Amino acid sequence: MRYGTEIALLVLFTFLALLGAAFAADEPFRQHMTILFFVLAVSTVVLLRNTNFAPAAPVDPDAYMDGPVRYGAIATVFWGVVGFLIGVVVALQLAYPDLNIEPWFNFGRMRPLHTSAVIFAFGGNALIATSMYVVQRTSRARLFGGNLPWFVFWGYQLFIVMAATGYLLGISQSREYAEPEWYVDIWLTIVWVAYLVVFLGTIIKRKEPHIYVANWFYLSFIVTIAMLHVVNNLAMPVSIVGSHSYSLFSGVQDALTQWWYGHNAVGFFLTAGFLGMMYYFVPKQANRPVYSYRLSIIHFWALIFLYIWAGPHHLHYTALPDWAQTLGMVFSIMLWMPSWGGMINGLMTLSGAWDKIRTDPIIRMMVTAIAFYGMATFEGPMMSVKAVNSLSHYTDWTIGHVHSGALGWNGLITFAAMYYMVPKLWGRERLYSLRMVTWHFWLATLGIVVYAAVMWVAGIQQGLMWREYDDHGFLVYSFAETVAAMHPYYVMRALGGAMFLAGALVMAYNITMTILGYQREEEPIGGRSTALQPAE
Amino acid sequence: METYTAMRHFADSWGLLAMAIFFVAAAIFAFRPGSRKSADDAARIPFKED
Repeated sequence: MRYGTEIALLVLFTFLALLGAAFAADEPFRQHMTILFFVLAVSTVVLLRNTNFAPAAPVDPDAYMDGPVRYGAIATVFWGVVGFLIGVVVALQLAYPDLNIEPWFNFGRMRPLHTSAVIFAFGGNALIATSMYVVQRTSRARLFGGNLPWFVFWGYQLFIVMAATGYLLGISQSREYAEPEWYVDIWLTIVWVAYLVVFLGTIIKRKEPHIYVANWFYLSFIVTIAMLHVVNNLAMPVSIVGSHSYSLFSGVQDALTQWWYGHNAVGFFLTAGFLGMMYYFVPKQANRPVYSYRLSIIHFWALIFLYIWAGPHHLHYTALPDWAQTLGMVFSIMLWMPSWGGMINGLMTLSGAWDKIRTDPIIRMMVTAIAFYGMATFEGPMMSVKAVNSLSHYTDWTIGHVHSGALGWNGLITFAAMYYMVPKLWGRERLYSLRMVTWHFWLATLGIVVYAAVMWVAGIQQGLMWREYDDHGFLVYSFAETVAAMHPYYVMRALGGAMFLAGALVMAYNITMTILGYQREEEPIGGRSTALQPAE
Repeated sequence: METYTAMRHFADSWGLLAMAIFFVAAAIFAFRPGSRKSADDAARIPFKED
Protein backbone atom coordinates (compact mmCIF):
# COMPACT_ATOMS: atom_id res chain seq x y z
CA MET A 1 0.00 0.00 0.00
CA ARG A 2 1.37 3.37 -1.03
CA TYR A 3 2.05 5.73 1.92
CA GLY A 4 0.94 2.98 4.37
CA THR A 5 3.47 3.80 7.10
CA GLU A 6 3.13 7.52 6.50
CA ILE A 7 -0.65 7.42 6.94
CA ALA A 8 -0.41 5.33 10.12
CA LEU A 9 2.13 7.72 11.63
CA LEU A 10 0.13 10.78 10.61
CA VAL A 11 -3.03 9.37 12.22
CA LEU A 12 -1.06 8.67 15.41
CA PHE A 13 0.38 12.20 15.53
CA THR A 14 -2.99 13.75 14.70
CA PHE A 15 -4.44 11.92 17.69
CA LEU A 16 -1.53 13.02 19.91
CA ALA A 17 -2.09 16.63 18.81
CA LEU A 18 -5.76 16.29 19.78
CA LEU A 19 -4.75 14.93 23.20
CA GLY A 20 -2.28 17.80 23.55
CA ALA A 21 -5.09 20.29 22.87
CA ALA A 22 -7.42 18.50 25.32
CA PHE A 23 -4.99 18.30 28.23
CA ALA A 24 -3.07 21.54 27.55
CA ALA A 25 -1.56 23.18 30.63
CA ASP A 26 -1.88 26.67 29.17
CA GLU A 27 -4.08 28.46 26.65
CA PRO A 28 -1.42 29.17 23.95
CA PHE A 29 -0.43 25.48 23.93
CA ARG A 30 -4.10 24.50 23.48
CA GLN A 31 -4.45 26.84 20.51
CA HIS A 32 -1.13 25.69 19.03
CA MET A 33 -2.06 22.00 19.31
CA THR A 34 -5.46 22.73 17.74
CA ILE A 35 -3.69 24.23 14.73
CA LEU A 36 -1.35 21.24 14.59
CA PHE A 37 -4.34 18.89 14.78
CA PHE A 38 -6.01 20.50 11.75
CA VAL A 39 -2.77 20.64 9.73
CA LEU A 40 -2.08 16.95 10.36
CA ALA A 41 -5.72 15.94 9.80
CA VAL A 42 -5.77 17.65 6.40
CA SER A 43 -2.42 16.02 5.51
CA THR A 44 -3.85 12.61 6.45
CA VAL A 45 -6.88 13.14 4.22
CA VAL A 46 -4.68 14.23 1.31
CA LEU A 47 -2.51 11.11 1.65
CA LEU A 48 -5.56 8.84 2.00
CA ARG A 49 -6.99 10.23 -1.22
CA ASN A 50 -3.70 9.62 -3.03
CA THR A 51 -3.02 6.11 -1.85
CA ASN A 52 -3.53 3.00 -3.92
CA PHE A 53 -2.91 -0.70 -3.59
CA ALA A 54 -1.30 -1.34 -6.97
CA PRO A 55 2.34 -2.38 -6.75
CA ALA A 56 4.58 0.67 -6.94
CA ALA A 57 6.34 1.35 -10.23
CA PRO A 58 10.03 0.44 -9.99
CA VAL A 59 12.32 3.41 -9.40
CA ASP A 60 15.27 3.91 -11.73
CA PRO A 61 18.19 3.91 -9.25
CA ASP A 62 20.27 6.10 -11.56
CA ALA A 63 17.70 8.82 -12.24
CA TYR A 64 17.96 11.96 -10.14
CA MET A 65 15.22 12.53 -7.58
CA ASP A 66 14.10 16.06 -8.40
CA GLY A 67 10.57 16.06 -6.96
CA PRO A 68 11.55 17.48 -3.56
CA VAL A 69 13.87 19.97 -5.31
CA ARG A 70 10.97 21.24 -7.48
CA TYR A 71 8.74 21.63 -4.43
CA GLY A 72 11.64 23.28 -2.61
CA ALA A 73 12.08 25.84 -5.40
CA ILE A 74 8.38 26.75 -5.26
CA ALA A 75 8.51 26.94 -1.46
CA THR A 76 11.58 29.19 -1.64
CA VAL A 77 9.83 31.69 -3.89
CA PHE A 78 6.60 31.54 -1.87
CA TRP A 79 8.22 31.98 1.55
CA GLY A 80 10.50 34.65 0.12
CA VAL A 81 7.54 36.80 -0.90
CA VAL A 82 5.82 36.16 2.46
CA GLY A 83 8.96 36.94 4.47
CA PHE A 84 9.73 40.16 2.56
CA LEU A 85 6.10 41.28 2.89
CA ILE A 86 6.20 40.81 6.67
CA GLY A 87 9.49 42.73 6.64
CA VAL A 88 7.83 45.70 4.96
CA VAL A 89 4.96 45.49 7.47
CA VAL A 90 7.28 45.52 10.51
CA ALA A 91 9.26 48.40 8.95
CA LEU A 92 6.01 50.36 8.66
CA GLN A 93 5.06 49.40 12.23
CA LEU A 94 8.28 51.05 13.44
CA ALA A 95 7.53 54.18 11.42
CA TYR A 96 3.80 54.25 12.28
CA PRO A 97 3.19 52.57 15.67
CA ASP A 98 -0.60 52.65 15.08
CA LEU A 99 -0.10 49.68 12.75
CA ASN A 100 0.55 47.45 15.78
CA ILE A 101 -2.64 45.40 15.99
CA GLU A 102 -2.91 43.75 19.39
CA PRO A 103 -2.30 41.09 20.41
CA TRP A 104 -1.35 38.89 17.43
CA PHE A 105 0.22 41.45 15.13
CA ASN A 106 2.33 43.43 17.59
CA PHE A 107 5.88 44.24 16.51
CA GLY A 108 7.17 41.94 19.25
CA ARG A 109 5.45 38.96 17.63
CA MET A 110 5.84 40.06 14.01
CA ARG A 111 9.59 40.63 14.22
CA PRO A 112 10.54 36.98 14.90
CA LEU A 113 7.94 36.05 12.26
CA HIS A 114 9.91 38.15 9.75
CA THR A 115 13.37 36.93 10.77
CA SER A 116 12.34 33.27 10.83
CA ALA A 117 10.40 33.57 7.56
CA VAL A 118 13.35 35.02 5.64
CA ILE A 119 16.16 33.04 7.30
CA PHE A 120 14.57 29.65 7.88
CA ALA A 121 11.62 29.53 5.49
CA PHE A 122 13.14 31.35 2.47
CA GLY A 123 16.83 30.66 3.13
CA GLY A 124 16.28 27.20 4.59
CA ASN A 125 14.14 25.98 1.71
CA ALA A 126 16.66 27.42 -0.75
CA LEU A 127 19.50 25.59 1.02
CA ILE A 128 17.66 22.28 1.24
CA ALA A 129 16.50 22.43 -2.40
CA THR A 130 19.83 23.52 -3.89
CA SER A 131 21.85 21.12 -1.73
CA MET A 132 19.72 18.21 -2.95
CA TYR A 133 20.12 19.46 -6.54
CA VAL A 134 23.89 19.97 -6.28
CA VAL A 135 24.80 16.83 -4.33
CA GLN A 136 23.11 14.58 -6.91
CA ARG A 137 24.79 16.24 -9.89
CA THR A 138 28.27 16.47 -8.39
CA SER A 139 28.13 12.95 -6.91
CA ARG A 140 26.35 11.54 -9.97
CA ALA A 141 24.05 9.58 -7.65
CA ARG A 142 20.35 9.57 -6.80
CA LEU A 143 19.35 10.97 -3.39
CA PHE A 144 19.76 8.40 -0.63
CA GLY A 145 16.90 7.15 1.52
CA GLY A 146 13.88 6.39 -0.68
CA ASN A 147 11.09 8.75 0.37
CA LEU A 148 13.17 10.35 3.13
CA PRO A 149 13.83 13.55 1.06
CA TRP A 150 10.05 14.05 0.91
CA PHE A 151 9.88 13.72 4.68
CA VAL A 152 12.63 16.35 4.97
CA PHE A 153 10.69 18.75 2.71
CA TRP A 154 7.27 18.35 4.34
CA GLY A 155 8.68 18.03 7.85
CA TYR A 156 10.52 21.30 7.37
CA GLN A 157 7.36 23.04 6.13
CA LEU A 158 5.54 21.78 9.24
CA PHE A 159 8.34 23.25 11.37
CA ILE A 160 7.87 26.60 9.60
CA VAL A 161 4.09 26.57 10.10
CA MET A 162 4.41 25.64 13.79
CA ALA A 163 7.10 28.27 14.41
CA ALA A 164 5.16 31.02 12.62
CA THR A 165 1.78 30.31 14.24
CA GLY A 166 3.49 29.97 17.62
CA TYR A 167 5.00 33.45 17.39
CA LEU A 168 1.64 35.01 16.58
CA LEU A 169 0.06 33.19 19.53
CA GLY A 170 2.78 34.61 21.79
CA ILE A 171 4.78 31.39 22.23
CA SER A 172 8.48 32.25 22.35
CA GLN A 173 11.52 31.18 24.34
CA SER A 174 13.09 34.61 23.63
CA ARG A 175 16.32 33.32 22.10
CA GLU A 176 17.14 35.31 19.00
CA TYR A 177 16.72 33.31 15.75
CA ALA A 178 15.75 30.34 17.96
CA GLU A 179 12.39 31.52 19.27
CA PRO A 180 10.36 28.28 18.82
CA GLU A 181 9.61 26.43 22.04
CA TRP A 182 10.89 23.00 23.07
CA TYR A 183 8.39 20.78 21.21
CA VAL A 184 8.96 22.58 17.88
CA ASP A 185 12.73 22.34 18.51
CA ILE A 186 12.48 18.58 18.99
CA TRP A 187 10.57 18.27 15.72
CA LEU A 188 13.21 20.30 13.85
CA THR A 189 15.94 18.07 15.32
CA ILE A 190 14.21 14.98 13.88
CA VAL A 191 13.81 16.60 10.45
CA TRP A 192 17.40 17.84 10.49
CA VAL A 193 18.83 14.40 11.31
CA ALA A 194 16.81 12.98 8.38
CA TYR A 195 18.28 15.73 6.17
CA LEU A 196 21.80 14.80 7.30
CA VAL A 197 21.10 11.12 6.54
CA VAL A 198 19.86 11.99 3.02
CA PHE A 199 22.81 14.27 2.26
CA LEU A 200 25.54 12.12 3.79
CA GLY A 201 24.03 8.93 2.33
CA THR A 202 24.12 10.47 -1.15
CA ILE A 203 27.76 11.48 -0.70
CA ILE A 204 28.69 8.01 0.56
CA LYS A 205 27.15 6.25 -2.44
CA ARG A 206 28.59 8.76 -4.96
CA LYS A 207 30.05 7.59 -8.28
CA GLU A 208 32.41 10.56 -8.50
CA PRO A 209 35.58 9.76 -6.49
CA HIS A 210 36.18 13.35 -5.33
CA ILE A 211 33.70 15.22 -3.12
CA TYR A 212 33.18 18.57 -4.87
CA VAL A 213 33.86 21.62 -2.68
CA ALA A 214 30.22 22.83 -2.75
CA ASN A 215 29.25 19.64 -0.90
CA TRP A 216 31.87 20.32 1.78
CA PHE A 217 30.25 23.66 2.48
CA TYR A 218 26.74 22.18 2.48
CA LEU A 219 27.80 19.34 4.78
CA SER A 220 29.52 21.68 7.26
CA PHE A 221 26.32 23.76 7.28
CA ILE A 222 24.12 20.74 8.04
CA VAL A 223 26.40 19.28 10.73
CA THR A 224 27.10 22.58 12.49
CA ILE A 225 23.46 23.69 12.51
CA ALA A 226 22.54 20.36 14.13
CA MET A 227 25.12 20.94 16.88
CA LEU A 228 24.18 24.60 17.43
CA HIS A 229 20.46 23.90 17.47
CA VAL A 230 20.69 21.10 20.02
CA VAL A 231 23.03 22.89 22.46
CA ASN A 232 21.32 26.29 22.26
CA ASN A 233 17.88 24.76 22.85
CA LEU A 234 18.76 22.61 25.87
CA ALA A 235 15.81 23.44 28.11
CA MET A 236 13.46 21.94 30.65
CA PRO A 237 9.74 22.16 29.79
CA VAL A 238 7.47 23.23 32.64
CA SER A 239 4.90 20.69 31.54
CA ILE A 240 4.87 17.99 28.87
CA VAL A 241 1.63 19.60 27.63
CA GLY A 242 2.70 23.21 28.09
CA SER A 243 4.33 25.90 25.96
CA HIS A 244 6.91 27.11 28.49
CA SER A 245 10.42 25.92 29.16
CA TYR A 246 13.49 27.13 31.01
CA SER A 247 16.99 27.12 29.56
CA LEU A 248 19.56 24.87 31.23
CA PHE A 249 21.96 27.83 31.24
CA SER A 250 21.65 31.02 33.21
CA GLY A 251 23.18 34.47 33.28
CA VAL A 252 26.23 35.17 31.16
CA GLN A 253 26.65 31.50 30.15
CA ASP A 254 23.15 31.67 28.71
CA ALA A 255 23.98 34.85 26.82
CA LEU A 256 27.17 33.39 25.40
CA THR A 257 25.43 30.15 24.37
CA GLN A 258 22.77 32.24 22.64
CA TRP A 259 25.34 34.25 20.67
CA TRP A 260 27.57 31.29 19.97
CA TYR A 261 24.43 29.94 18.30
CA GLY A 262 23.31 33.26 16.87
CA HIS A 263 26.53 34.22 15.16
CA ASN A 264 27.12 30.72 13.83
CA ALA A 265 23.61 30.74 12.40
CA VAL A 266 25.02 33.63 10.35
CA GLY A 267 28.31 31.81 9.77
CA PHE A 268 27.06 28.38 8.85
CA PHE A 269 23.44 28.86 7.74
CA LEU A 270 23.76 32.16 5.89
CA THR A 271 27.43 31.88 4.87
CA ALA A 272 28.73 28.31 4.54
CA GLY A 273 25.51 26.95 3.03
CA PHE A 274 25.16 29.81 0.55
CA LEU A 275 28.87 29.51 -0.37
CA GLY A 276 28.00 25.94 -1.38
CA MET A 277 25.46 27.53 -3.73
CA MET A 278 28.09 29.96 -5.03
CA TYR A 279 30.65 27.23 -5.75
CA TYR A 280 28.19 25.31 -7.93
CA PHE A 281 25.87 27.82 -9.58
CA VAL A 282 28.41 30.55 -10.45
CA PRO A 283 30.68 28.16 -12.41
CA LYS A 284 27.63 26.60 -14.08
CA GLN A 285 26.06 29.88 -15.15
CA ALA A 286 29.41 31.33 -16.28
CA ASN A 287 30.31 28.00 -17.90
CA ARG A 288 33.82 28.17 -16.46
CA PRO A 289 35.37 26.18 -13.59
CA VAL A 290 35.98 27.98 -10.30
CA TYR A 291 38.98 30.35 -10.42
CA SER A 292 41.14 28.37 -7.97
CA TYR A 293 39.97 25.07 -6.58
CA ARG A 294 42.85 25.00 -4.09
CA LEU A 295 41.90 28.43 -2.80
CA SER A 296 38.37 27.11 -2.26
CA ILE A 297 39.76 24.38 0.01
CA ILE A 298 41.72 26.93 2.07
CA HIS A 299 38.57 29.09 2.09
CA PHE A 300 36.59 26.19 3.54
CA TRP A 301 38.97 25.22 6.35
CA ALA A 302 39.82 28.80 7.33
CA LEU A 303 36.15 29.80 7.38
CA ILE A 304 34.95 26.96 9.57
CA PHE A 305 37.95 27.18 11.95
CA LEU A 306 37.48 30.91 12.54
CA TYR A 307 33.71 31.48 12.42
CA ILE A 308 32.89 29.30 15.40
CA TRP A 309 34.77 31.68 17.77
CA ALA A 310 33.28 34.97 16.58
CA GLY A 311 30.05 34.92 18.67
CA PRO A 312 31.33 36.86 21.73
CA HIS A 313 31.53 40.08 19.66
CA HIS A 314 27.76 40.36 20.26
CA LEU A 315 28.49 40.77 23.98
CA HIS A 316 31.03 43.59 24.08
CA TYR A 317 30.93 45.66 27.30
CA THR A 318 28.68 43.12 29.05
CA ALA A 319 29.29 40.78 32.00
CA LEU A 320 31.17 38.44 29.65
CA PRO A 321 34.86 38.22 30.73
CA ASP A 322 37.13 40.62 28.87
CA TRP A 323 39.33 37.86 27.48
CA ALA A 324 36.28 36.25 25.84
CA GLN A 325 35.19 39.58 24.32
CA THR A 326 38.68 40.15 22.94
CA LEU A 327 38.80 36.59 21.60
CA GLY A 328 35.54 37.16 19.73
CA MET A 329 36.84 40.41 18.30
CA VAL A 330 40.19 38.95 17.18
CA PHE A 331 38.59 35.98 15.45
CA SER A 332 36.07 38.25 13.75
CA ILE A 333 38.90 40.36 12.33
CA MET A 334 40.77 37.26 11.18
CA LEU A 335 37.62 36.26 9.29
CA TRP A 336 38.42 39.01 6.80
CA MET A 337 40.94 36.69 5.17
CA PRO A 338 38.79 33.66 4.31
CA SER A 339 35.81 35.88 3.48
CA TRP A 340 37.73 37.96 1.00
CA GLY A 341 39.59 34.91 -0.30
CA GLY A 342 36.21 33.37 -1.08
CA MET A 343 34.88 36.57 -2.60
CA ILE A 344 37.92 36.87 -4.89
CA ASN A 345 37.56 33.21 -5.84
CA GLY A 346 33.91 33.73 -6.78
CA LEU A 347 34.48 36.95 -8.71
CA MET A 348 37.60 35.76 -10.53
CA THR A 349 35.66 32.75 -11.82
CA LEU A 350 34.39 35.29 -14.34
CA SER A 351 37.86 36.34 -15.47
CA GLY A 352 37.87 36.26 -19.24
CA ALA A 353 34.06 36.35 -19.30
CA TRP A 354 33.35 39.73 -17.75
CA ASP A 355 31.31 40.72 -20.80
CA LYS A 356 28.58 38.37 -19.52
CA ILE A 357 27.71 40.95 -16.86
CA ARG A 358 26.34 43.05 -19.69
CA THR A 359 24.44 40.32 -21.50
CA ASP A 360 23.43 37.87 -18.77
CA PRO A 361 21.29 39.32 -15.96
CA ILE A 362 21.69 36.11 -13.91
CA ILE A 363 25.48 36.52 -13.92
CA ARG A 364 24.98 40.16 -13.00
CA MET A 365 22.90 39.08 -10.01
CA MET A 366 25.57 36.58 -8.93
CA VAL A 367 28.38 39.13 -9.22
CA THR A 368 26.41 41.67 -7.20
CA ALA A 369 25.63 38.99 -4.58
CA ILE A 370 29.35 38.19 -4.22
CA ALA A 371 30.17 41.89 -4.05
CA PHE A 372 27.65 42.28 -1.22
CA TYR A 373 29.21 39.25 0.48
CA GLY A 374 32.53 41.08 0.34
CA MET A 375 31.05 44.33 1.63
CA ALA A 376 29.10 42.71 4.48
CA THR A 377 32.12 40.63 5.56
CA PHE A 378 34.23 43.78 5.56
CA GLU A 379 31.71 45.74 7.60
CA GLY A 380 31.09 42.93 10.12
CA PRO A 381 34.68 42.58 11.39
CA MET A 382 34.96 46.37 11.49
CA MET A 383 31.85 46.55 13.70
CA SER A 384 33.23 43.81 15.95
CA VAL A 385 36.16 46.08 16.95
CA LYS A 386 35.27 47.21 20.46
CA ALA A 387 35.76 50.93 19.80
CA VAL A 388 33.47 50.82 16.75
CA ASN A 389 31.03 48.56 18.53
CA SER A 390 30.63 51.06 21.38
CA LEU A 391 29.09 53.38 18.78
CA SER A 392 27.28 50.87 16.57
CA HIS A 393 25.87 48.33 19.03
CA TYR A 394 22.11 48.46 19.73
CA THR A 395 21.67 51.01 16.90
CA ASP A 396 20.09 50.60 13.47
CA TRP A 397 23.56 50.36 11.94
CA THR A 398 23.49 46.69 12.98
CA ILE A 399 20.14 46.25 11.22
CA GLY A 400 21.57 47.87 8.08
CA HIS A 401 24.62 45.59 8.20
CA VAL A 402 22.50 42.46 8.57
CA HIS A 403 20.30 43.47 5.65
CA SER A 404 23.16 44.27 3.27
CA GLY A 405 24.37 40.74 3.93
CA ALA A 406 20.97 39.05 3.95
CA LEU A 407 19.29 40.88 1.07
CA GLY A 408 22.45 41.47 -0.94
CA TRP A 409 24.33 38.22 -0.51
CA ASN A 410 21.76 35.59 0.52
CA GLY A 411 18.85 37.09 -1.40
CA LEU A 412 20.57 37.75 -4.72
CA ILE A 413 22.55 34.48 -4.84
CA THR A 414 19.33 32.57 -4.08
CA PHE A 415 17.38 34.42 -6.79
CA ALA A 416 20.17 33.69 -9.28
CA ALA A 417 20.24 30.00 -8.29
CA MET A 418 16.43 29.80 -8.74
CA TYR A 419 16.64 31.45 -12.18
CA TYR A 420 19.29 28.91 -13.15
CA MET A 421 17.60 25.86 -11.62
CA VAL A 422 13.91 26.28 -12.42
CA PRO A 423 14.09 25.98 -16.26
CA LYS A 424 16.29 22.89 -15.87
CA LEU A 425 14.06 21.27 -13.23
CA TRP A 426 10.94 21.61 -15.37
CA GLY A 427 12.71 20.91 -18.66
CA ARG A 428 12.07 24.39 -20.10
CA GLU A 429 14.32 25.77 -22.80
CA ARG A 430 14.72 29.10 -21.00
CA LEU A 431 13.11 31.40 -18.47
CA TYR A 432 9.79 33.06 -19.29
CA SER A 433 11.55 36.42 -19.47
CA LEU A 434 15.16 37.55 -19.08
CA ARG A 435 14.06 41.19 -19.21
CA MET A 436 12.10 40.61 -16.01
CA VAL A 437 15.27 39.29 -14.36
CA THR A 438 16.84 42.65 -15.20
CA TRP A 439 13.88 44.43 -13.60
CA HIS A 440 14.19 42.21 -10.54
CA PHE A 441 17.92 42.92 -10.37
CA TRP A 442 17.53 46.69 -10.39
CA LEU A 443 14.55 46.77 -8.01
CA ALA A 444 16.39 44.53 -5.53
CA THR A 445 19.77 46.26 -5.80
CA LEU A 446 18.37 49.79 -5.50
CA GLY A 447 16.15 48.64 -2.62
CA ILE A 448 19.19 47.29 -0.75
CA VAL A 449 21.20 50.43 -1.40
CA VAL A 450 18.37 52.63 -0.08
CA TYR A 451 17.93 50.36 2.93
CA ALA A 452 21.61 50.09 3.89
CA ALA A 453 22.47 53.76 3.29
CA VAL A 454 19.48 54.95 5.33
CA MET A 455 20.33 52.61 8.20
CA TRP A 456 23.95 53.80 8.29
CA VAL A 457 22.84 57.39 8.70
CA ALA A 458 20.12 56.43 11.19
CA GLY A 459 22.40 54.16 13.23
CA ILE A 460 25.33 56.53 13.49
CA GLN A 461 23.01 59.43 14.38
CA GLN A 462 21.33 57.27 17.02
CA GLY A 463 24.70 56.18 18.48
CA LEU A 464 25.99 59.75 18.61
CA MET A 465 22.77 61.07 20.22
CA TRP A 466 22.93 58.39 22.93
CA ARG A 467 26.46 59.35 23.95
CA GLU A 468 26.13 63.16 23.74
CA TYR A 469 26.88 64.87 27.08
CA ASP A 470 26.61 68.56 27.90
CA ASP A 471 29.14 70.65 29.87
CA HIS A 472 27.66 69.52 33.19
CA GLY A 473 27.95 65.85 32.34
CA PHE A 474 24.24 65.33 31.68
CA LEU A 475 22.88 63.42 28.68
CA VAL A 476 21.69 65.90 26.04
CA TYR A 477 18.89 63.74 24.61
CA SER A 478 16.23 61.69 26.31
CA PHE A 479 15.70 58.24 24.82
CA ALA A 480 12.30 59.22 23.40
CA GLU A 481 13.95 62.06 21.48
CA THR A 482 16.36 59.64 19.80
CA VAL A 483 13.38 57.45 18.82
CA ALA A 484 11.47 60.41 17.34
CA ALA A 485 14.55 61.44 15.34
CA MET A 486 14.45 58.07 13.53
CA HIS A 487 11.03 58.59 11.93
CA PRO A 488 12.12 59.87 8.48
CA TYR A 489 14.73 57.12 8.21
CA TYR A 490 12.18 54.46 9.11
CA VAL A 491 9.87 55.68 6.35
CA MET A 492 12.72 55.59 3.81
CA ARG A 493 13.77 52.14 5.04
CA ALA A 494 10.23 50.87 4.41
CA LEU A 495 10.50 52.26 0.87
CA GLY A 496 13.76 50.36 0.28
CA GLY A 497 12.15 47.17 1.58
CA ALA A 498 9.10 47.72 -0.61
CA MET A 499 11.35 47.95 -3.68
CA PHE A 500 13.01 44.66 -2.73
CA LEU A 501 9.55 43.09 -2.27
CA ALA A 502 8.43 44.42 -5.67
CA GLY A 503 11.45 42.71 -7.25
CA ALA A 504 10.52 39.44 -5.55
CA LEU A 505 6.96 39.71 -6.93
CA VAL A 506 8.39 40.12 -10.44
CA MET A 507 10.43 36.96 -9.82
CA ALA A 508 7.39 35.06 -8.53
CA TYR A 509 5.50 35.90 -11.74
CA ASN A 510 8.48 35.05 -13.95
CA ILE A 511 9.12 31.72 -12.20
CA THR A 512 5.40 30.80 -12.26
CA MET A 513 5.15 31.46 -16.01
CA THR A 514 8.38 29.48 -16.59
CA ILE A 515 6.99 26.51 -14.68
CA LEU A 516 3.72 26.72 -16.64
CA GLY A 517 5.78 26.55 -19.84
CA TYR A 518 5.31 30.01 -21.34
CA GLN A 519 7.99 32.09 -23.05
CA ARG A 520 7.66 35.83 -23.30
CA GLU A 521 8.14 37.33 -26.76
CA GLU A 522 10.86 39.89 -26.15
CA GLU A 523 13.90 41.58 -27.61
CA PRO A 524 17.05 39.65 -26.63
CA ILE A 525 19.41 41.49 -24.29
CA GLY A 526 21.99 43.37 -26.31
CA GLY A 527 19.49 43.88 -29.15
CA ARG A 528 18.75 41.67 -32.14
CA SER A 529 21.94 40.94 -34.02
CA THR A 530 21.59 42.26 -37.53
CA ALA A 531 22.86 39.98 -40.25
CA LEU A 532 25.87 41.43 -42.04
CA GLN A 533 25.05 42.66 -45.52
CA PRO A 534 27.54 42.11 -48.31
CA ALA A 535 28.79 45.37 -49.77
CA GLU A 536 27.43 46.07 -53.22
CA MET B 1 40.95 21.52 39.57
CA GLU B 2 37.52 22.84 38.68
CA THR B 3 36.04 21.43 35.47
CA TYR B 4 35.81 24.92 33.99
CA THR B 5 39.48 25.69 34.70
CA ALA B 6 40.63 22.30 33.45
CA MET B 7 38.73 22.66 30.20
CA ARG B 8 39.95 26.20 29.69
CA HIS B 9 43.57 25.14 30.19
CA PHE B 10 43.09 22.30 27.72
CA ALA B 11 41.41 24.60 25.20
CA ASP B 12 44.16 27.23 25.18
CA SER B 13 47.04 24.72 25.13
CA TRP B 14 46.69 21.28 23.52
CA GLY B 15 43.33 22.01 21.91
CA LEU B 16 44.66 25.17 20.27
CA LEU B 17 47.83 23.39 19.15
CA ALA B 18 45.91 20.44 17.67
CA MET B 19 43.61 22.71 15.68
CA ALA B 20 46.47 24.90 14.46
CA ILE B 21 48.41 21.82 13.30
CA PHE B 22 45.33 20.43 11.55
CA PHE B 23 44.76 23.69 9.73
CA VAL B 24 48.36 24.12 8.63
CA ALA B 25 48.49 20.49 7.51
CA ALA B 26 45.26 20.95 5.49
CA ALA B 27 46.72 24.06 3.83
CA ILE B 28 50.02 22.32 3.02
CA PHE B 29 48.12 19.30 1.67
CA ALA B 30 46.03 21.53 -0.60
CA PHE B 31 49.17 23.08 -2.08
CA ARG B 32 51.38 19.96 -2.12
CA PRO B 33 53.41 19.41 -5.29
CA GLY B 34 51.30 17.83 -7.98
CA SER B 35 47.99 18.98 -6.54
CA ARG B 36 47.33 21.38 -9.40
CA LYS B 37 46.33 18.61 -11.77
CA SER B 38 43.91 16.92 -9.35
CA ALA B 39 42.48 20.30 -8.30
CA ASP B 40 41.84 21.24 -11.93
CA ASP B 41 40.08 17.90 -12.47
CA ALA B 42 37.97 18.42 -9.34
CA ALA B 43 37.01 21.93 -10.49
CA ARG B 44 35.48 20.37 -13.63
CA ILE B 45 33.12 18.02 -11.73
CA PRO B 46 30.05 20.29 -12.14
CA PHE B 47 30.46 20.15 -15.93
CA LYS B 48 30.31 16.35 -16.19
CA GLU B 49 26.53 16.33 -15.80
CA ASP B 50 23.89 18.89 -16.57
